[in-house]
Amino acid sequence: MRALREKLSEIYENLGLPRIIIIGFFIVLLIAAVPLGLSVPNLLGDAIRRWAMYGILVLAMVPAVECGINLNFGISLGIVAGLLGSTTAIEMGIPNPWTSLFAAMAIGVLVAIPLGIGYGILLNRVKGSEMTVSTYVGFSVVAFMNLVWLSLPFKSGTLIWPLGGRGMRNTISLASSFGGVLNNFLGVQIGDPTQGLYVPTGLILFFMAACVVVWLFLRSKTGLAMSAAGSNPMFARASGINVDMMRILGTTISTALGAIGIITYSQSYGFLQLYNAPLMMGFHCVAAVLIGGATVRSAKISHAIIGTFLFQGILAVALPVANKLLPGTNLADVMRIIISNGIILYALSKTKEGS
Amino acid sequence: MGSRYVLEMTDISKEYYGNRVLKNVNLQVEPGEIHALVGENGAGKSTLMNILFGMPVIHETGGFEGEIKIDGQPAMIDNPYKAMDYGIGMVHQEFMLIPGFTVTENIKVGREITNPTFLSKVFGKDLETLDIEKMRRDARVALDTIGLNIEEYVQVAGLPIGYMQFVEIAREIDKTGIKLLVFDEPTAVLTESEADRLLEIVQLIASKGIGIVFITHRLDEVMAISDRLTILRDGEVVATLNAKDTTVERVAELMIGRKVEKLIEGMGDHRVLSDADIALSLRDFYVDMPGERVKGVNLDIRNGEIFGIGGLAGQGKLGIPNGIMGIYDSEGTVELFGKELDLTKLGEALRNGIAFVSEDRRGVGLLLDESIEFNVVFSAMQIKGDFLIRLGPITIYDQRKAREHTLEMIKTLDIRCTGPKQLVGSLSGGNQQKVCLARALTLNPALLIVSEPTRGIDIGAKRLVLEHLIKLNREEGLTIVVVSSELVELRSMCDRIAIISGGNVAAILEPDAPDAEFGLAMAGLRKEGASIA
Repeated sequence: MRALREKLSEIYENLGLPRIIIIGFFIVLLIAAVPLGLSVPNLLGDAIRRWAMYGILVLAMVPAVECGINLNFGISLGIVAGLLGSTTAIEMGIPNPWTSLFAAMAIGVLVAIPLGIGYGILLNRVKGSEMTVSTYVGFSVVAFMNLVWLSLPFKSGTLIWPLGGRGMRNTISLASSFGGVLNNFLGVQIGDPTQGLYVPTGLILFFMAACVVVWLFLRSKTGLAMSAAGSNPMFARASGINVDMMRILGTTISTALGAIGIITYSQSYGFLQLYNAPLMMGFHCVAAVLIGGATVRSAKISHAIIGTFLFQGILAVALPVANKLLPGTNLADVMRIIISNGIILYALSKTKEGS
Repeated sequence: MGSRYVLEMTDISKEYYGNRVLKNVNLQVEPGEIHALVGENGAGKSTLMNILFGMPVIHETGGFEGEIKIDGQPAMIDNPYKAMDYGIGMVHQEFMLIPGFTVTENIKVGREITNPTFLSKVFGKDLETLDIEKMRRDARVALDTIGLNIEEYVQVAGLPIGYMQFVEIAREIDKTGIKLLVFDEPTAVLTESEADRLLEIVQLIASKGIGIVFITHRLDEVMAISDRLTILRDGEVVATLNAKDTTVERVAELMIGRKVEKLIEGMGDHRVLSDADIALSLRDFYVDMPGERVKGVNLDIRNGEIFGIGGLAGQGKLGIPNGIMGIYDSEGTVELFGKELDLTKLGEALRNGIAFVSEDRRGVGLLLDESIEFNVVFSAMQIKGDFLIRLGPITIYDQRKAREHTLEMIKTLDIRCTGPKQLVGSLSGGNQQKVCLARALTLNPALLIVSEPTRGIDIGAKRLVLEHLIKLNREEGLTIVVVSSELVELRSMCDRIAIISGGNVAAILEPDAPDAEFGLAMAGLRKEGASIA
């Protein structure tokens, strides 16, 4: 009995109050779904899919926090790089979905690297207010890309507006390129197709592989040097580490992961979303990693994995539940905004004690 | 008035958390007297002045015992405003001036002369306009008194440092009814000619009947201008002397004099030290470390010795190790076992086998949110590639090896902890210091520099750390440089001690050299023609 109580209090300490509230909320929503006639396996399947599809975008927060630039609100920079990679791959008209996917990722990362380096140099000049600056970098790059999307000389019919023949569409279907290619790889359907649970094995494997790669990097000599530079720059300097270089490295990796993340996201969603769609994505990623237990000074891969599941899980379950309870309202969306911004506010209000 | 003293402090005692920093201190100052207050860092000079000014730090820590009399009347000074009312002024070591204001505004700030206006009649005195003309006239008078002919309307920001000090003095003497003026190391930041000028001004002010308390480390200044001097050591008055009847040597001896317990006795010494076998050599070494500037130091540290670097705070002793390690920018030549180091490259000293335990343990020395294990192996991993394991094309952290090594270090250095996974932030100061030492030793250095090895740790741990350093030196022949503000500590273990003053080597002394020599060196009275910065 006592052992159990100790175990429970240990779990409580490890999770912390905010996570326990959110886990409780998630379970309440799942239970509420049953009398409302919603299929729980279906909801869970949806939660799992959203978890894996958002996972890499949230994972991108980890190197950013670890290298000392705090939460990367400017992940939109990586996102637009990924979108640029995707549109270029579609324009190239590669028929094989896998080739198309990897071409998109390769181009996306190639674009993301110089952007990330420049962004890192900028953040080195504004030490102490990285989060404010990164938020505005994120906003500005989205606005700038609005012009670019309109003026890129792409010709593919799936990309440009059907009328006028110039400028790209808001939403671009990936059906003819790499849509769903990861989701369908080794996918498993449990139960019947409409009510059951679909496991997107390929997507999950890809997300896990990305986690392993980042984990290995963080355990390498350079990765550990980067973490040290982030948590105590003077200490790192005294150990012969170039702190500014490490910050640029972390920022660049974060941006590149953002590019890969949005491509993974888009292939699962089935569409590319251009223009203002990436505007608030940075906030969702930040909220997710914070729900997972990260702070502005330290983030682990487990925080990204757990946080994404909780954040996306709640959205996946809350939306149908709220629609059943109050049909015709957008309560679910209101709740999502409250949760994501509330958790960011909560985490930022806690930053002082850590430093 | 009824008293021959403007200030009498009688039987002043003060405790900080059970630690007695002042014991029955007496101080009397006559009107027009220049009374010098001398002593090492930590002798109690600042505490005594904090008591005189009623600083909050005194009253938050339980007040003090003893009595203060101003003009023979008992005075209750429990905040700095009261001190001002009693006519006590202070010229600070760091300037308390507002750079963007003019000289006049700085002199008059807080005591502005104002004219009522329509708005102020409605909304109160805070909205009265300044009577700039009158304020300028007052400022002029104050500036003239100290013989400073700068325009009273220029901004303070552009003035030379020496002038800022004079503006500060002008502000103090502009206060009506000033009876006693305290100078806290006023010449510390001044050039020599500025310092001479300041001393003249101090004498001028004293001649107007104002009592002066003059705090300084520079004994030559003390002897030049003061009438009497009070020497503090370890919170006690060791002597109050007439300047005429004593010598600099005598004062220096009284300031330092303390028993030194030799830690090295009883340890076998089989070392062979030779001037031909030099481990570390500094030539014309400059370091740009704020507050601890080094200005052209030359030093030769012999292979196998324990070399001490001492001196008062702010004189540059800390700049030397920080410059060598590349934490602050430096210039000049550094040779390690005959090989010149390129200090513009980050980590150069580390890669060549110099390990460093920083004086700023929590800021530079440790990753407080990481485990003991990670802190111990980190530098060796980064610099020498130890504790890494190859997995095909990639190399990652070898936790098993790191764990083994850390357990061994915990045992040899007796680090009190729950295990290698404990976060260093939760360790006591002494154990944190041992973790720093463990990290330095993990590098397997050819030369170890330890800066302030015992700062902020308790007596028991202090001894352990020092004895371990001596053991390393005697048994493994490790050359050790100890930088410390505790002269006693250096004298208990070092073979030679360099005293740094004004960013330069004032003297290199044997540990059992007379107290007076140490005192003179610390006061910056150099011997044999060393250049004056």
